[in-house]
Amino acid sequence: MTAVVSLNRVTVEFPAVDGEGVVRALDDVSLDFRDNEFVVALGASGCGKTTLLNVIAGFLQPTSGEVLHRDEPIRGPGSDRGVVFQKHALLPWLNVLENTEFGLKLQGVAKDERLSRARDYLALVGLSDFERYPVYQLSGGMQQRVGLARALTCDPDMLLMDEPLGALDAFTRENMQELVLDAWSKTRKVVFFITHSVEEALFMATRLIVMSPRPGRITHTYDIGFCRRFLETGNARAVKSSPEFIALREEILSIIYGEETGDVLP
Amino acid sequence: MRLGLFGRRGPQAVEQYGAPGRGSGTAISAVTIIVILGGWWVVTQLGLIRPLFLPAPEMVISKFARIACTEHYFEQLLVVAGGLAEVQAKCHGFSDHALHEHILWSLYRVFGAFALATVTAVPIGISMGMSRHARGVFDPPIEFYRPIPPLAYLPLTIIWFGIGESGKLFLIYLACFAPIAINARAGVRSVSIEQIHAAYSMGASHRQVLRQVVLKAALPEILTGMRVAIAFGWTTLVAAEMVAAKAGIGVMVLNAARFLATDIVFLGIIVIGAVAFVFDLIMRRVERALVPWKGRM
Repeated sequence: MTAVVSLNRVTVEFPAVDGEGVVRALDDVSLDFRDNEFVVALGASGCGKTTLLNVIAGFLQPTSGEVLHRDEPIRGPGSDRGVVFQKHALLPWLNVLENTEFGLKLQGVAKDERLSRARDYLALVGLSDFERYPVYQLSGGMQQRVGLARALTCDPDMLLMDEPLGALDAFTRENMQELVLDAWSKTRKVVFFITHSVEEALFMATRLIVMSPRPGRITHTYDIGFCRRFLETGNARAVKSSPEFIALREEILSIIYGEETGDVLP
Repeated sequence: MRLGLFGRRGPQAVEQYGAPGRGSGTAISAVTIIVILGGWWVVTQLGLIRPLFLPAPEMVISKFARIACTEHYFEQLLVVAGGLAEVQAKCHGFSDHALHEHILWSLYRVFGAFALATVTAVPIGISMGMSRHARGVFDPPIEFYRPIPPLAYLPLTIIWFGIGESGKLFLIYLACFAPIAINARAGVRSVSIEQIHAAYSMGASHRQVLRQVVLKAALPEILTGMRVAIAFGWTTLVAAEMVAAKAGIGVMVLNAARFLATDIVFLGIIVIGAVAFVFDLIMRRVERALVPWKGRM
């Protein structure tokens, strides 16, 4: 099966803050995203998760290596790769519906089709009753749902989510995890999802990659299926409190904390 | 909830302990205004200050009636309504013009220059925010002339444009230009990188990002710049009208001062203040209508 997006020995270097030398944000990363995968990147700040996402989105060109989308090199951002940001990405002069159809409007899609597609995805994220609301009147969780609906409305191959739930409170966050999984199972997109939360990563991923800083690289990869179990049973609490889930959570936590102490001690 | 003179108030939040300046100052402001007006009236009634220096409020009001030709126009209204055969009261005005003519001349100058400044300063300010080349070109001249008081380059505008209308418009134009350009430039920075990236990843072209994201995001600050600019323009008006203008509120005040007609000077100052206040009120309304999201996202 060909990969939707594949990274081949990608390295990204930035000039260091003090002006001398370079910082290696990504070091020789190779990764394939296949159809219907939910890939979650987990790691401490500075491990290159966001750099990785920016490279796939086309906001950043790698220093070396190649990034392919269906065997074509990625040269810049495009509507085949939708992005959901942590915050500050909605357009406050547009209401919920106008924000959602914005991408199709940019692409010159006719108004009727625009509206009907935008309404479909607003229904998918449960915002049908709010389509005339100004986005600045919505709660943080609802704003993120607009962001998700907006990205899905453009019908991308791949959805890039940069800590989309990072700014939400714990209750909203758990609800949103379920909503995102639900949307994923219905739309069958490839998802690349970044998070700081081990529990969130385990719950949502079909493949979990653990990243490590200085230089940013992938240290561990897990193929897991807790999200599929949730989608079958609909019981998130049962999944998250199952022994396998807890055991894997502890294993990953020990990897992350082990690295941190390893950083501190010479 | 209360409708304040200076803007709509939201539902009163619970007052936080130690919040600076908490509570409403409206009632105290009302008292201040009453004390000032009352003090003015008492001092002049008691004859403590000669009318040359401080004319009584009623003198100013009667000058208003005379210069605005209230009686003349009221009779004209009656004639139209059929209650009077012909207009008897004369329109005196001041310096050959009735009050509304002075005001209209001044408004024409301020708004003409303001409109010219808006259509030129907004594109220039936006381009300064978008491109280092435009910033490099326009930054030195704007930053150089901006702090210079308009009175300092007034003589130059006379040399360049003579004493006609264009020199006056140019002077006010310069006063309006800098704040709009500088705010438009700053407005470009208020667009978040996430908004721009989101637009590009939905297939936007550079042009679409500029028009549909950057310009919209900069709108609140462009409007702030316009609000500052119209205030600057109005302040510069009197300086502009010092140069051989026939009519205008500034001319009226200057001519009145020449004849020591202090009551007309007072009237002119009050009119200038009132018009500026109305400008500001309108601009606030426009802001609320056009950029209701300002400060909320």
